[in-house]
Amino acid sequence: MSSIPTETVSPGKASLFYDPKIRGYVYQIVLLAVVGFLIWSAASNAIENLRAQKIASGFGFWNNAAGFDVNQKLIPFSASGSTYGQAFFVGLLNTLLVAAIGIVLATIIGFTVGVARLSGNWIIAKLAMIYVELIRNIPLLLQLFFWYNAVLKPLPDARNSIHLPGSIYLNNRGIILPSPQFAPGFEAVVIALLVGIAAAVAFVIWARGQQAKTGKQYPNGWIALALVVGLPLIVFVATGRPLSFDYPQQGRFNLTGGVQIFPEFVALLVGLSTYTAAFIAEVVRAGILAVSRGQTEAAHALGLRSGPTLKLVVIPQAMRVIIPPLTSQYLNLVKNSSLAVAIGYPDLTQVFMGTVLNQTGQAVEMVSITMAVYLTISLVTSFAMNIYNKRMALVER
Amino acid sequence: MTDATLENAPNRFVRRETLQQQPAPLSVAGPIAWIRTNLFSGPVGTILTLLSLYIVVVAVEDLVRFYIIDAVWTGASREACLADKVGRPVGACWPYVTDRFQYFVYGSYPVAERWRVNIVFVMFALGVAWLLWNKAPQKKLGAFFFFVMLPLSGFILLLGGATAESLLRVLLLISAALAVVYAVASFVPSVAVWTSAPRRVAEQDLSPWRRFAGPKILILMALVIFGLVGVLNEQIGLPRVDTGLWGGMMVTFLISAVGIVFSLPFGVVLALGRRSRLPIIQLLSVIFIEFVRGVPLITVLFMANTMLPLFVPQEYSPDRLLRPLIGVALFASAYMAEVIRGGLQAIPKGQFEGAMSLGLGYWQMMRLIILPQAMRIVIPGIVNTFIGLFKDTTLVTIVGIFDFLNTIQATLVDPTWATPTTRTTGYAFAALFYFLCCWGMSRYSIAVEKRLAAGQKR
Repeated sequence: MSSIPTETVSPGKASLFYDPKIRGYVYQIVLLAVVGFLIWSAASNAIENLRAQKIASGFGFWNNAAGFDVNQKLIPFSASGSTYGQAFFVGLLNTLLVAAIGIVLATIIGFTVGVARLSGNWIIAKLAMIYVELIRNIPLLLQLFFWYNAVLKPLPDARNSIHLPGSIYLNNRGIILPSPQFAPGFEAVVIALLVGIAAAVAFVIWARGQQAKTGKQYPNGWIALALVVGLPLIVFVATGRPLSFDYPQQGRFNLTGGVQIFPEFVALLVGLSTYTAAFIAEVVRAGILAVSRGQTEAAHALGLRSGPTLKLVVIPQAMRVIIPPLTSQYLNLVKNSSLAVAIGYPDLTQVFMGTVLNQTGQAVEMVSITMAVYLTISLVTSFAMNIYNKRMALVER
Repeated sequence: MTDATLENAPNRFVRRETLQQQPAPLSVAGPIAWIRTNLFSGPVGTILTLLSLYIVVVAVEDLVRFYIIDAVWTGASREACLADKVGRPVGACWPYVTDRFQYFVYGSYPVAERWRVNIVFVMFALGVAWLLWNKAPQKKLGAFFFFVMLPLSGFILLLGGATAESLLRVLLLISAALAVVYAVASFVPSVAVWTSAPRRVAEQDLSPWRRFAGPKILILMALVIFGLVGVLNEQIGLPRVDTGLWGGMMVTFLISAVGIVFSLPFGVVLALGRRSRLPIIQLLSVIFIEFVRGVPLITVLFMANTMLPLFVPQEYSPDRLLRPLIGVALFASAYMAEVIRGGLQAIPKGQFEGAMSLGLGYWQMMRLIILPQAMRIVIPGIVNTFIGLFKDTTLVTIVGIFDFLNTIQATLVDPTWATPTTRTTGYAFAALFYFLCCWGMSRYSIAVEKRLAAGQKR
């Protein structure tokens, strides 16, 4: 058999224009040049405009006197003598406060509704579905306006406050609750609580080890509960109950005493948590549905009852699906808390991008600082999420 | 030994004929069984059912009473909706909505010029239906209509005045010039040096009318639409209406339309950039996407409102309505990019390799092979992003743009209709509007998802 003559084509020298490598470099250099030019021209225009409008630049404003007051503050702040820097922390703490409580509430409501949507009870499943569809399809801002303007603002004034059981008053200035007064000696209760938590954790770890070794099970939940609740309670009684409440008193024109929770805070909290809960409910539902029925049936076949099946088989697998979208919902809640500006809750955006920006006019600095804060929260969370995901990911062959 | 069958079974009591099938007992099938298993399964289930039934009855009764039975349906002013004037408990105040309806739709757009808005509304509805209806013909023409013709002619119609007129003139000139070029190319295909050589050859065999059918139909559409707008401009005149007067649902739709028209192409570019092998392009895309996704929309809007005017020379300071539009467009692009990236990642590697082995370049591969498949997969994701965008348009209220929600807010403080129930009525109307829009879109996205999954079902 004669060999077929093979024609070898030597790779000819392609023109530089068609070399993908060279093209790649050219594209990138052009893009860099365009972006660089845009940034440069924006910066030079900004400098010129700021000079023309006689607006200062730089972060010198940080220690200037603020000259405005904020109704809700977790750290001391007053119109006279507080600085813009302190205003920043007031706003940041308010954002974190509403976000933290909102996340807890949204999680509770969301998990309840998500499980309810899968309930065998027809009416409960339908109610949960209506809740989710209704809340998800209406803008959050409208819901906030509704809670603030249509529910909380029309409440009666302080003189005609609605009196709820437990000395709670409700009026158009918010909710007035009895405020706890800590007597000296209360520190012991706090220490007892911390000790109780540490002991409970230690016990659970020990009990798990025992179970792995001998198969003997302990009533972990009850003992942990006794340690966490019982221990502080005993100390509380032993130290002579160092806690009393300052009950709000209905005066002729006003309420005195107690602690006031502002309507802006309540509206934002209710709006944010019910809105995010609808999304969390869908996440939870998808997570539970992602665990195949075979898993439950296999667990039953192994002799596990429905409680342990849920705890040991379904939930651990569902959580793997639930956690990543759940975190992004938490992040959405934090970012959505900036809608506070619409109803006047003094969060970071309202205090810094609203009031301070209007007073100083230093748009670039305020916007950068505020964005940097949200960006930090987002990036740190997604970084932590990536680590978690790596740890939780299924180890495959 | 005989076989053990029914006929020759040794035991006398074995039945020899098959029984008629009996209906399932009432306790396991039928409505009673359904009620027992789905509503009254066990004591806890029963309590829950009764409790929620009670809540439903009370809630529905209250809502129906407030919004329908006790509601006021006609009237000229707030007097009609005041309980002591009417002499009965008063629910929702609907005449307020009917009275202010025009304002909710057009904002302060001059009454005499509102027909222009209506034309744009009709075009918008047409474009949306064309793109979303699966069986509609000429999808490419539809995309051209929605993404090019609608923004340009909508801008000219809504704004009017000298700016719009000169823009219209330029557009008409360009379309006419292109029409001439393609008319020549139809008769002498070798003139069309800008198209690829194989295509020119392919067009040789067709009759002059059918050559370059694709570009010609686009140009025809442009000529017709711009021509009609030009006729309107000549005959009726399109005086300038400042953007400060724009408002209501018109602005809500405008912002969402601008958001989707800009975010889709930008999103595609950013998604391609993020998956690019060129490090600088990838880095810049990642920085943009992650930065925008990491901050709230409000801060982006504030930035657009306060910082954009600083970044350009004073004389080019952007319009008050344009600033949030830019902010929304940038914001939506980042989210769209992530959705499209999901689609790109779902395309099997073989498709890329197949395209490259056919000798297609990067852009040809993306345009002809990858993006058509990827975009089809992510239609539900795009619709969901768009629902989010539509809800987020309400945020422009905060930077002082009169979108639909802000027109509602504005009429609530108007003394003409200030009654105790105006607020609840207005918010209910707004909620109904947003709910119907978003819910309809989500139903559409679910339907598409089902259609796309049809091939995967076994």
